[in-house]
Amino acid sequence: MAENHAALRVFAEEIRLETLREIMHFGAGHVGGSMSVVELLAVLYGAELRHDPERPDWADRDRFILSKGHAGPALYAALALRGFFPMDMLKTLNQNGTTLPSHCDRLKTPGIDMTAGSLGQGLSVGIGMAMGARMAGKDFRTYVCLGDGECNEGQVWEAALFAPHNRLNNLTAFVDYNHQQLDGLTDEVLDLGDLEGKFRAFGWHTLSVDGHDIPALIAAVEEAKGYKDGPTMIVLNTIKGNGCLAAEAVMPNHHVAFTEENRAVNIAHAEARLEAAKKAAEGGAK
Amino acid sequence: MTGVLRDTFETGLPLRDAACETLLTLAETDGRIVFLDADCVSSSGLKRFFAKYPERAVQCGISEANMIGIAAGLSAVGYVPFCHSFGTFASRRVVDQVFQSAAYADLNIRIIGSDPGVTAAFNGGTHMPFEDVGSFRSIPGITIIEPTDSVMYAALLKTLAEVHGVYYLRVARKFSKKLYKDGTAFDIGKGIQLTSGNDCTVITSGGLLVSAALEAAEMLKGEGIALRVVDMFTWKPVDAALVARCAEETGAIVVAENHNVIGGLGSAVAEAAAAGRPVPMEFVGAEDRFGQVGTESFLAGEYGMTAEGIVAAVKRAMARRA
Repeated sequence: MAENHAALRVFAEEIRLETLREIMHFGAGHVGGSMSVVELLAVLYGAELRHDPERPDWADRDRFILSKGHAGPALYAALALRGFFPMDMLKTLNQNGTTLPSHCDRLKTPGIDMTAGSLGQGLSVGIGMAMGARMAGKDFRTYVCLGDGECNEGQVWEAALFAPHNRLNNLTAFVDYNHQQLDGLTDEVLDLGDLEGKFRAFGWHTLSVDGHDIPALIAAVEEAKGYKDGPTMIVLNTIKGNGCLAAEAVMPNHHVAFTEENRAVNIAHAEARLEAAKKAAEGGAK
Repeated sequence: MTGVLRDTFETGLPLRDAACETLLTLAETDGRIVFLDADCVSSSGLKRFFAKYPERAVQCGISEANMIGIAAGLSAVGYVPFCHSFGTFASRRVVDQVFQSAAYADLNIRIIGSDPGVTAAFNGGTHMPFEDVGSFRSIPGITIIEPTDSVMYAALLKTLAEVHGVYYLRVARKFSKKLYKDGTAFDIGKGIQLTSGNDCTVITSGGLLVSAALEAAEMLKGEGIALRVVDMFTWKPVDAALVARCAEETGAIVVAENHNVIGGLGSAVAEAAAAGRPVPMEFVGAEDRFGQVGTESFLAGEYGMTAEGIVAAVKRAMARRA
């Protein structure tokens, strides 16, 4: 198990590094919210999701909806690393005519299960997929990742009320609680307060974990799989921009532009994190 | 009148009951069909569907945005969802969800909005959709339909179970007059010419106004005016070829709609006429006004959606023709 954790840490740092390269190639992008979901993506695509890069349309795959669609670049990096499409494609992010748009698009990118961008809609769609699985007697699970700022949207709470009422135990949702949104701190823009408590009050089985802690993430996702009385909401306590020096240095860091000067240092930092993860994995394997 | 209309318009099932019968029949053999509602099952006429197929009926509560998202998700895993609420809420409240979760994502949903325009009657201005089509029409690829009677509605529902895309239907659920003969074929996107006049064309849709237009044709016959009546039940994509042909052959067009004259059928027909064969046009409908409470007949008079209103518009259009 520890070896698997170490391998997932390597995968996470690969996603982080490739996401930064991808965004830097374009010049700017949603760095903050991409960096905060890197470990979640590593755990899902490295261990938890039933999926097959050769068959992105496999009917029995688990579904993943990145409702905070602006973190698309991180998901693209994870998908490319898993082999859904060539790594070179990451260089096309936001280029004219690209298949990798700033926000996720199910029609353009292999492995993207749902289009997102206008916030607040993904949980409802995930509910539909989960209900469809139950109606059809299929055992695939549906996962949805929301942003914390996204929880300002009323539709999120319509969906939050619906899923427990319908006991959708094949649905697991996450909120990337990185405490920042476009205009600043979530506490200052529109205070979300006890987010886990709010979902618990709506009837969800809730968990709260360090969203950068891979063993904790795995334990939470596994617990959600085993919970049969309804859906599970896992609040991810995260740091927006985690592991990217340029993003960590500014606030708010929703959208970050890279300069000629800071590209090298940011890549070097991410490469060093990856090397450390690889060493740890090798050390653990000995 | 052409052969598709009944000789006398008899009373049959209200549209909502025809929908229930049809969907119950379809669901028997098609396990993909699901029905979602937002706390309007009692109004939709689908209570029996909910009772017979509880596992394929989704009560969403008063959460229209969530309903559209759920429908999109169901369609993404292979189901064929029909959603219902009152027309105001099935349109205004869900424009962004219909745009992104359904249309932009190329998913497959049908939305039924009950009580278009003045048929909302005593529910009044808050519930009176004069803007539902205007809200949806600029979403790329969406198909917008106003079924005329139960014969057409039942036939269209069968078609809608087989097609892919985003469909919005504005349905006068209580309308019970049967205009079309049983077995009439209806092609989405094709208007139906109901009378063969060449002096002016009235393009309209919905039971209320198709009836009024046919009555107007009878009234004008006495004055020696031969009115061509077209049932343009598909508002988008509008039958541009038919519009151009009517413009060419009759030289003047009146559009009568149970909707704001801005953004609805009149706008669609005007766009088609302007691009094809521009002719003088007049518009019957709500003149950029809100709805209000009242009987359907009072409201139809208030907004000019009557045979008399159509006759007056025909005369204005003909007077403007060179």
